[in-house]
Amino acid sequence: MENFSASSLESVTCPACGLLCDDIYLARNAVGQLKMIDNGCTKSMTFFERTTQTASPLIDGKPSSLVDAIKKAAAILRNANQPLIAGLGTEVQGMRSILSLADKVGASLDHMNANSSFRNTLVLQNSGWQVTTLTEVRNRVDLLLIIGTDIVSHNPRFFERNVWNTASMFDQDTSAREIVYLGGQAVETTAGISPAGKKPTVMPCDLSCLPEVIATLRAIISGKTLHITEVAGIKTSDLQNLAERLKSAKYSVVTWVSSDLNFKHAELTIQNIAELVIKLNEKTRSSGLPLGGADGDYSVNQVSTWTSGYPIRNRFSRQYPEYDPYHFSTEKLLNDGEADALLWISEFNPEKTPPKTNLPNIVIGHGNMSVIDANVFIPVSTAGIEHTGTMFRIDSSVSLPIGKLRESTLPSLTEVIAAIEAAL
Amino acid sequence: MLIKLSGGRVYDPAHQIDGKVLDIYIRDGRIVSRPRDDETIDQTYNLSGKVVMAGAIDMHTHIGGGKVNIARMMLPEDHRADPSHHSALCRSGCGHAAPSTFTTGYRYAEMGYTAAFEPALSPVNARQSHLEMGDTPIIDKGGYAMIGSDDFFLRMLAAKKDQNAINDYVAWIMHASQAIGIKVVNPGGINAFKFNQRALDLDEQNVHYQVTPREVLKALSRAVHELGVPHPLHVHGNNLGVPGNMETTLKTMGASEGYPLHLTHIQFHSYGTEGDRKFSSGAAAIAEALNKNKNISADVGQILFNQTVTASGDNMRQFANSTLGSPRKSVIMDIECDSGCGVVPFKYKDQNFVNALQWAIGLEIFLLTDDPWRIFLTTDHPNGAPFTSYPHLIKLLMDRTFRNEMFAKLNLDAQAMSTLASIDREYSLYDIAIMTRAGAAKLVGLHDRGHLGVGAGADITVYTDNADREKMFAKPDYVFKDGELVVKDGHVVKVTWGHTHTVKPDFDKAIEKDIKQYFDKYHTMNMENFKVSNDEIAEGGRGGIAVQACEGRREKSL
Repeated sequence: MENFSASSLESVTCPACGLLCDDIYLARNAVGQLKMIDNGCTKSMTFFERTTQTASPLIDGKPSSLVDAIKKAAAILRNANQPLIAGLGTEVQGMRSILSLADKVGASLDHMNANSSFRNTLVLQNSGWQVTTLTEVRNRVDLLLIIGTDIVSHNPRFFERNVWNTASMFDQDTSAREIVYLGGQAVETTAGISPAGKKPTVMPCDLSCLPEVIATLRAIISGKTLHITEVAGIKTSDLQNLAERLKSAKYSVVTWVSSDLNFKHAELTIQNIAELVIKLNEKTRSSGLPLGGADGDYSVNQVSTWTSGYPIRNRFSRQYPEYDPYHFSTEKLLNDGEADALLWISEFNPEKTPPKTNLPNIVIGHGNMSVIDANVFIPVSTAGIEHTGTMFRIDSSVSLPIGKLRESTLPSLTEVIAAIEAAL
Repeated sequence: MLIKLSGGRVYDPAHQIDGKVLDIYIRDGRIVSRPRDDETIDQTYNLSGKVVMAGAIDMHTHIGGGKVNIARMMLPEDHRADPSHHSALCRSGCGHAAPSTFTTGYRYAEMGYTAAFEPALSPVNARQSHLEMGDTPIIDKGGYAMIGSDDFFLRMLAAKKDQNAINDYVAWIMHASQAIGIKVVNPGGINAFKFNQRALDLDEQNVHYQVTPREVLKALSRAVHELGVPHPLHVHGNNLGVPGNMETTLKTMGASEGYPLHLTHIQFHSYGTEGDRKFSSGAAAIAEALNKNKNISADVGQILFNQTVTASGDNMRQFANSTLGSPRKSVIMDIECDSGCGVVPFKYKDQNFVNALQWAIGLEIFLLTDDPWRIFLTTDHPNGAPFTSYPHLIKLLMDRTFRNEMFAKLNLDAQAMSTLASIDREYSLYDIAIMTRAGAAKLVGLHDRGHLGVGAGADITVYTDNADREKMFAKPDYVFKDGELVVKDGHVVKVTWGHTHTVKPDFDKAIEKDIKQYFDKYHTMNMENFKVSNDEIAEGGRGGIAVQACEGRREKSL
């Protein structure tokens, strides 16, 4: 295989989480293998250093040509009345092509992380929020309230890049920044210790109790009188103290990771977070900051929204887009027999395999994906390593190009989707 | 391919043609002079009795970028009422207040518009704006880069950097964000809000930089002028929506000290404090000042009654207005020490005193401003109303009887506060062609658009004359985009991809060293990633960059 020469690669953008750090330093050997030199984290190392096996398309488990696999995939979609395109682990350009195909075949669309994303989206659609972005945090935050997460399991370099940075625009002593962890048990809080050794405030409670704890905090901030002294093992006086700290902070940031708020109707808790932030803004400045992000979830939502008017869980079977956060979930469509073919997409991560189904199914995925029972498997190259693309950061305003770091014999997702659309 | 548009009644104000019967010839997407007699005409359209104008240009419409997409995401209930079907030619989508990108392109073209400009392209969000505009078919587009609350610029002002350095920075921003103009929103105010200031008047200092909006306006209007950028500084003033803000607006006109300024959605900035409710029309004074100050232009930002959504970079004012929203929800953002945004759904009602008076104020400004070359037809889509209501607005301007009938239905207290019914003026087809074509092209700096002269891009709209101007302008007979027939009888017949118009003013590239250091020290992205490349805009065959001429850098200041 033709390849770029061995080299070191600076300022590479990493699509492995919602932060899109663009300072990654990699080495590439003569066969295109990448090795982290600097500015890596566990997620970026897994992503960039993965050894790719050159995979062949498969039809019913047997190697086939790409042309035949595309023909077969097109036939499955042509014969379906209610195809479901799910997984959707991709970036902006991939999603552009998927939306075109979905419009043509009348598909439903769902992302593998939608259950988690909806905890945020439903708040946005119901009452809205007041939020900020990473560079604002890096230069302004004086009190960071972290709710129900350690952040670093999802965004390993969050503190390094946005909290414990030494230089800041307004000459803040960043080591004096206050960190509060609220909720969760045995949360890993070492990332919240300042470089000078200042420890964060930690207020643990079971995650399942966060709804009442956050409601209490909001009530205190809103000036309500409470008749309890304790909620979920946290003293109300401690919450009162936290409320006072938030009120006296100049630019507090309240953050959460929706996938960690894994309890029923977590959107109502996020709504309470959003509303307490809005209340704080009557007098001082405060902002929410939803973190996390994986497998292109936010990028896919953005493209879906500008193209169809709706974020994910939309469908095109009636010749116009419809949206339903509940009825169009992969689980429900498959379990209730409302889909009659499945196209599963995961170009970043070989481990994100499709749910079990007896329906005719196509998988377009990372070359290392092990898919034994797919009717059609088409391995594709990876955006950010083997072809260029575009991704959105989790804070929504910033999008970055992701690069091509080596050659691949595999086609890109966009090429495959366009070929399927042409073969319909 | 040689096309002849035969015998139409042509309105081409750029060439002082007011309803003259003329033939127009098109070859390879351009308007050409009359061919030799021995040349074969491939196709002739008999336009006898039809009205012919250049394709219309919307010089201020929020069609692409972060806040628009937030508005879309927030409003599933609005989209559900206006689905747009998939067809053999067109992608599906949705319309109304914050339409999907494909539907935006089709509906503009179906109304005879062939270009639309996103006025609040936040440089850090420029890539998203261009991605969305890249998925907006048929029409040409472009954006005005929004600065003036960005930390880098305010630092320069606070450090009293020389005007040449500011000019270099402004030019660098225009290149990086692929813009055709520079806009300032609530000058310095978006930034001041981050320091917890809740209002910023023209001569009030930002608490951190000790810089006033007046200084911002002066530095930026001068930079735009000295760089030779054709579009004057595009200004969304301080105090949007605040009763009494007409005083700020009148002072703002003088703040550039003679450099050209374009005051956008001026209706929202023309309020007095008279009357029992301390809310009144400032239209007469504003129009008088516009008539007098020839360096000032404005677009109106007319409101029309219905559900819409307001989306603005002005998070300071949007936060203040967020409790007035309907349905009651809002998104307010601080963005990257660069800008901000605020999205608040809004329903304007004709029986609401304030809304009714806003409607009248907008029309008063249209009708009291003498020079149609300096006043532009906008609803500040979607802030005053969706762009699809333009034909209705044109009828209000061209038909006094209709206007007075509508006025008579308004909230009575608002009627009592307005002089609208006493204004007899009716806009002519020639006036409309100036506002929406020739004037808009001149203002934005589109040298080959907005007119029908030889060499122009063949963006042409053909209407059937109809005394009901709303019907006439809602459904053109033909729309040509770069010489191709894209709309027939008000429906898309061909989908093409328009150009993205930019300017590329000269600048001293040494400024990039400072900017890179600044990014490395303070930002969360690399400077190189801040820049949007030509290739990204042309991705997937969705049209490319068209570079409009700058007037050349003017003599440097001392």
